[in-house]
Amino acid sequence: MLHEKPDSGPAPAVNAASRPAAAQPKAKSRKNLYSVGVILSLFILCIVMTILSKRFFTVDNLMNVASQASVSAIISAGMFLAILTGGIDLSVGSVLSLSTMVMGVVCVNLGFNPYLSMLICLAMGTFLGMLNGLMLTKMRLPHPFISTLGMQKMARGIALVITAAAPISIFPAPVQFLGNNFIGPVPVSFVLVAVLYSCMYFFLTRTAPGRHIYAVGGNREASRLSGIKVESTLNMVYMISGFTAALAGIVLVGRVNAAYPLAGLDYDTDAIAAVIIGGASFFGGVGSIGNTIIGALIIAVLRNGLNLLNVDSNYQTFAIGAVIIVAVYIDVVRQKVMSFGRK
Amino acid sequence: MSDVLLSLKGVTKRFPGVLALDAVDMEVRSGEVHGLTGENGAGKSTLIKILAGAYTPDQGELEFDGRKLGHMTPLKAMDLGIACIYQELNLIPHLSVMENIFLGRELYRGSGRFRILDRKRMFREAEELLRNLEISLDVSSRTGNLGIGHQQMVEICKAVHSNAKLIIMDEPTSSLSEHEAQDLFRIIAQIKARGVTVIFISHRLDEVKRICDRVTVLRDGRHVATKDIADAPVDEIIRLMVGREITNKYPKIKSVRGEEALGVEGLERRGVLHDISFQAYTGEILGIAGLVGAGRTETARAITGADPIDAGRIRVMGKEVRIRSPRDSIEAGIAFLTEDRKSQGLILIDSIAFNASIVKLEGYTRLGVLQLKDIRKASEKMAEELRIRAPSVDTVVGQLSGGNQQKVVIAKWLLSKAKIFIFDEPTRGIDVGAKVEVYNLMNQLVAGGASVIIICSEMDEVLGMADRILVMHEGRITGEFSQAEATQEKILYAASGIVAQGAARP
Repeated sequence: MLHEKPDSGPAPAVNAASRPAAAQPKAKSRKNLYSVGVILSLFILCIVMTILSKRFFTVDNLMNVASQASVSAIISAGMFLAILTGGIDLSVGSVLSLSTMVMGVVCVNLGFNPYLSMLICLAMGTFLGMLNGLMLTKMRLPHPFISTLGMQKMARGIALVITAAAPISIFPAPVQFLGNNFIGPVPVSFVLVAVLYSCMYFFLTRTAPGRHIYAVGGNREASRLSGIKVESTLNMVYMISGFTAALAGIVLVGRVNAAYPLAGLDYDTDAIAAVIIGGASFFGGVGSIGNTIIGALIIAVLRNGLNLLNVDSNYQTFAIGAVIIVAVYIDVVRQKVMSFGRK
Repeated sequence: MSDVLLSLKGVTKRFPGVLALDAVDMEVRSGEVHGLTGENGAGKSTLIKILAGAYTPDQGELEFDGRKLGHMTPLKAMDLGIACIYQELNLIPHLSVMENIFLGRELYRGSGRFRILDRKRMFREAEELLRNLEISLDVSSRTGNLGIGHQQMVEICKAVHSNAKLIIMDEPTSSLSEHEAQDLFRIIAQIKARGVTVIFISHRLDEVKRICDRVTVLRDGRHVATKDIADAPVDEIIRLMVGREITNKYPKIKSVRGEEALGVEGLERRGVLHDISFQAYTGEILGIAGLVGAGRTETARAITGADPIDAGRIRVMGKEVRIRSPRDSIEAGIAFLTEDRKSQGLILIDSIAFNASIVKLEGYTRLGVLQLKDIRKASEKMAEELRIRAPSVDTVVGQLSGGNQQKVVIAKWLLSKAKIFIFDEPTRGIDVGAKVEVYNLMNQLVAGGASVIIICSEMDEVLGMADRILVMHEGRITGEFSQAEATQEKILYAASGIVAQGAARP
């Protein structure tokens, strides 16, 4: 994939020329190594689960995992962008529930066209994301941790107020399609995940706004002085994050055929966990969308496997916490070893 | 009055590749205000750091208050009564003035394990100290809310309160307004009256002339002279500071000056820039000289939309443009190569190709899709032209040497198709070989009809490379010289705010 270009300088025998030359292949492989590591972890996890439970490696169960992973994976895609800019979006779970509650009201209570209702849901999520962005770029709140934490509470509050905390159920078939239908054995939701991640990959690597996200995450001031519209980039990121949260909400509503004001409570942290296990840097600028989906799958497999083994759900929560810390710790140790090796 | 408080004999300090101090002898008398001056890199900072115990000299002897000093540490320096006030103040902003003055030397009531802070007494003593020094400040105000001038006074109080015998001030007026500087001089006179000795480091010779009793000049790490201030007119001090041949490290090639590329009229930024007007021409290298803090970088930032302006007009190639963001400036064809490559110029965790193409990324798209091959081709071509030494354009720029990083910055702006290049300290921190390459590149740029502006603190560099030199002082342009008429003396005069004959602009 990488064409090693011959030394572009006139190759003087300067020390400076040979030093980066030696360090270079390591740096390149370091990125790939993490990808390999994450995929390998998922693979090993699957093997272990297969050994421990006869029911794990069956088409039905694997499709079940895919379906369970999809809501979290869709949210994680938006979360990945927020973390890539050096920020975070703590509001995704609440944005999911408020958007779907609004969809429930217009679709079920008011009898709107189901497609229009879904559009309203997506628009709602995007709008809330835009507010997150504006709080950051216009009100200049110091860190998105604060703006999105505020949004998390406010959106959840409104979601509860709308129907006095009651769920809305019985949605028409078009709304249920994404969350409840299958193409052959494959859940539609997982196809949606594949499409979303493909689009996201293309967006991040092959379009100017996508690269700008990496640039802004890598060095905000240098990006601004290079003519990148930093504020618009950040606004866009939080809008996408709100959009993906609402999209995940439609899938969730489809699966359970109801919109709950308390839906999506754990999804904020699960999405963050997926992105981190996927190796994105919390300081921004570093990470790959491909690894994020693997991160989401690792969490889903872990939950599913522990379910099959009849492990108490409280232990599952513990296990996911442990995985986050172990994954990041392995990365810390690996970087230490690498930098030691370079000296 | 004339007993010696501090004496240095043959003090030498080497850093890898640099002889920072070369057998410096110096004596400071008890109770005097002793000026210390010299160009950038003359060794002033190294000398202070040795006195403050931050560096240990390789050779030489230090004697303070009649005692020979052995190995120094910052703590030992403090115990001896040597206090240092750096340009970056060491106060804790959210503590009160009183708390800062007593920091680390708090007064207690009671004894042993059962002592508690005696706030009342500290309050009283702090107020008394301020009154004695005639500083009108509320000791209970939060230090961070004070202006920089007042904060400096708190530092001085802290030093005086610790019974410092010698207070070293490193360019104390560089960030002060004229008025605040006056206050500072008054307080220096006060502490002098209390018998405290002061070493006053400054580029500003008018200040040195005003408040110092004697002055020592350093040049290239060597002690040049110590003189009574009465026997040292300003031009004498300047001659002592400069006094060195300029070797031809500057491969200047004259180009033909063309039409106006950049016209700036009445640029104003409240409290920072005042009535900045100048022209830059195609085929010309324009140098902007001045001391640190004179407003040179601020001028570039104001022109390129990095900072907002309060008034002023900008023409590019004869057409008036409105620049409100760096993006506007890029559209207008102005490139700003910032002084701080790492924090403002590059995205260190990304590759050469990524950095080189980031400015006009839209230029590499077809139907909104980035043509990765085009990006690669363009950056490889640049890397070759600029001789960026790296195995490939995929190399992460954080791994490159300073000179190569600077070339990546240049590559990025060349690819932006700019016509006006503003270089802010383009050769800072890069080695001599790379410097010459950067100079050659400037020659090529102007030969190709671009306009180059260099902001530069190294006098040799401005004199060696610029066709025309503007000098700034406290946010104003105070001098303009052609290469033929410019001398270090004239520039230094204009840069320290003293108007020399024939150099002033109307």
